[in-house]
This record gives sequence, C-alpha cells and structure tokens, in this order.
Amino acid sequence: MKGYLKEHPILEFKRGKKIKFFFEDREVEGYEGLPIAAALHAAGIKVLSFSERYDRPRGFFCAVGKCSSCLMEVDGHPNVMVCMELLKPGMRVRRQKGQKK
Amino acid sequence: MSSRTKNSRFTGSTIPQNSKIDNEKSGQEPRTKNTIQNFSSSEFPDFDICIIGGGPAGLEAAIVARTLGAKVIIIDDNPGLGGQLIKQTHKFFGSKAHYCGVRGVDIAGILSKEVKGSDIDILHNATVVGYYDDDIIGVLKDDRLFPVKAKTYIFATGASENTLAFDNADLPGVYGAGAVQTMMNVYGVVPGKRAVVIGSGNIGLIVPYQLLQAGVEVAAIIEIMDKIGGYYVHAAKIKRAGVPIILKHTIIEAQGKECVEAALISKVGGKYECLSGTERTIECDMILIAIGLSPLCELLYQAGCRIDYIPELGGHVPYHNEDMMTTKKNILVCGDLACIEEASTAMLEGKIAGAKAHEALYSRTKQGKKIVRQAKQELSVIRSSPFEERITFGLGKLK
Repeated sequence: MKGYLKEHPILEFKRGKKIKFFFEDREVEGYEGLPIAAALHAAGIKVLSFSERYDRPRGFFCAVGKCSSCLMEVDGHPNVMVCMELLKPGMRVRRQKGQKK
Repeated sequence: MSSRTKNSRFTGSTIPQNSKIDNEKSGQEPRTKNTIQNFSSSEFPDFDICIIGGGPAGLEAAIVARTLGAKVIIIDDNPGLGGQLIKQTHKFFGSKAHYCGVRGVDIAGILSKEVKGSDIDILHNATVVGYYDDDIIGVLKDDRLFPVKAKTYIFATGASENTLAFDNADLPGVYGAGAVQTMMNVYGVVPGKRAVVIGSGNIGLIVPYQLLQAGVEVAAIIEIMDKIGGYYVHAAKIKRAGVPIILKHTIIEAQGKECVEAALISKVGGKYECLSGTERTIECDMILIAIGLSPLCELLYQAGCRIDYIPELGGHVPYHNEDMMTTKKNILVCGDLACIEEASTAMLEGKIAGAKAHEALYSRTKQGKKIVRQAKQELSVIRSSPFEERITFGLGKLK
C-alpha cells in the first residue's frame, strides 16, 4: 500500500490485517491495529479537524496522546484522540470543528 | 514571537513561566480536595509501589523495586511498554552498563521482557487522570474511571514536545520531531517527502538522519544559536549525509493552503531578532519542531508537590533531592519528568527511585544500597561531560 515504508535498513514492520474504514463516508484502506491518525496520514489525509473560530485546518502534532491536536469524531463519539485510538474494520471517522462538549 | 503571528497551536503546561508553586507555603488549601464518588469500584488490590509511566525510567524503577521485594504496578497509556524508546533506532553510547551500542528500540524490548517475566502488574492503555485525597490516583481505562491506591508512587510520566510560535504554526505538516519519529519508526508510515527541521539538539540531529534512512529528503536543519546544540557525533553524521545545518536562523512562517508547502526562514541578529532582507523560503511538506521538551508535571502539581521553574532542566520540574524524592514523602520522580536528559540517565534515575521507594517502605537493604551507590556514581560520570554542564547547573538550583 502507498504511504507505508516498504524497506528499512534497521526496522521490520509487523502489520495487522488490511482493512477498510470510512473517512467522511469515503472508503479508505488501512492496517488494523494502527492508530487512526497513522492510517489517515498514510492515506494522504493530513487535515484532521478545523479550529473552532477561524476554521483553520489542523493536523496531529505530538502523535503520542499528549497535545489534543488530533481530536476527531469516531463512530459518533466526538473528541477522540486519533493518534492513540486504534483502527478497527468499518470504523467511521469524521473531521470535527473545535472541541465538542 | 512575531507580532504577525495570527494563530498558533498551544500545548503544554498552563502554569505561568517563572513561577514557583508551593501549595504548603502559600497557606492555601492544597489542590487535592477532590472526591472520588464518580469512580467505579476498583478490582485492584493495594500496592506497595505504583509506577506511572512505562518508559526507560519507570521500567528500571519497577525492576529494581520488584527485585528488592516490593509489590509493584506499572500504569502506562500505551499498548506496549518502553515509552519513547520504541521509536529510537539509533545506538546508544556510553558504557556497557548503559546499553552502549544497543538501539533504543532493543533496550525497550530487553526491559519490557524483564518486567513481563516477573510478577509486576501492568495496566496498559490506562491514563492516570488525577491525584486525589488519601493518596489515591484515578485511572481511566476503556472509558472506565477507577481508583488505584499504593503506599508509594513513582512518577515517570516523561515529557511532551514544545511548540514554537510562528505564522501558521498550526498548519498540518508542522509536527513535533518526535511525532514524525513515531509515525515512521513505530507505525512504518511515510511521514512526508521533504522536511525542514527546527532545532539542532540531539532530537533535531537524530530524527533527520532517521528520515534519510526511511527515504525522506531533509532540506535543512535550522538553528537559532550560533552553534549546534546536540552531540558532535550526531551532527557529523548528518552533515556527512549532506544535510546543511543553518545556524543563526529561525522560522518565521509556515506557508501553504491546507498543508505545509514551504518554510519561510530568516537570519537572526545578536538579540535573536529577524533581520529583514534575509528571508528565504525552503520548499518542504513537513516542518519538524525539535526545540526541546517540557516535563509532564501536572499530576505532581495536583498532588501538592513543590514545582520549581528551572529552564536548564526543561522548565517546571518537581523539586527532588538526589534520592529522587519530592517534597511529598510518598512521591518519587525519575526520568524526563525530573529533568530533561537522555534515556541512559533516565534509567539510572529510575534505579535510584525504585531502590529508595523500597527503602522508605521497608528498610535499607545491602542490595538496595549498592544499586543506589552505583547508579549515582554512573550518573555523576555522565554528568561530568561538558555537554551536561547545563544539567549540572540546573540540578544545583534544586534546593
């Protein structure tokens, strides 16, 4: 799959099953068990949300669950930190605007 | 900060800079008046020692405390142990006792194997969200909040990456250098095509090399100071690979519509002011921020530990003595939380914290004494290097 490292001089990547999930109702492929943000990034999706007031596009920043820059709506739940939440088949992921209450 | 800065992302501590936080001395009620009525009941028994954070410091603390005979639990918010070691593909140096020549990712494997092979309890994917009255911590796991109680806590929460304010600093493509390292080395994702790195500390030197290994182009490393911040070995390696390190420059803007398309950089003068007429753009689709880390000390603040502001150690750090004990008797700290340093020193601090936590609960053992003495000796050897002058100076401020 495009977007993933194939050869690496040091590392070998053990990946999960290839699965399908939905980003804004569009079908996207990813590997099960990867954080959602990683699968989206590999699929070329870098804009994860929009800021509350000025609609500015936002992506991830820390990728380790510290900064809250990657909050998205996952299966209807808002404010999910997608850099930590692991991908499952059929998940429905959406961009959100600002932080939901 | 540029006055034109329109919008930038804010992360990190909300404690004002330069403030010393001391709950006891201020005469205010400690900020731990929290009730635990919203907790589900805990199925976890009481522990001797609870370690928050399963990185190099936390794991070493756990191994030592368990070896000495304490009942230990590790709580970590990741699916696996090892903390940030799991993305470090470079070999460590130092002495053999500090895993010299071993890659960070392999050290993570060695330590987690040892922990998993013992009877240390591990809570994965669990976040400690608060420190409450009666020295209970709240743990959030799988949408459930429950209490855990231990006689002694060792905090090894680590640090988070600092952000930098410049125009469009919130544009997707502006990432923490560590974040990019996680994406490519842990998840095997191609992070981008061409990177500009801000900061030439060890992370700012190592991550671009790893980008090259993953087949990503690195346009330049930008450093505001007039000299390289990190170890010479790392700098030489990246220079040999043909990546320019541009000194006395800083970033003023991330350019691009939806994602980063270029970085606008400028030369700086003697007061780090941008010199007009020296601006130039570098095409890239990623801007990596590698300007340092801040200790994650929020829980200790809530617990009532004294927090000092020591820039040399990373900003707000919990006060601790050389036995890694804080101002609260039952709380010890180690690793980047205590002072932003290297994984090798974090492991040594972890050993001291583990042994001292055991000693405070039971009594001093010969074995524990030996571990502490050895670790302190090794720490002082590492810190005697001229590269560690800043740390030694900062540690001297802890009083």
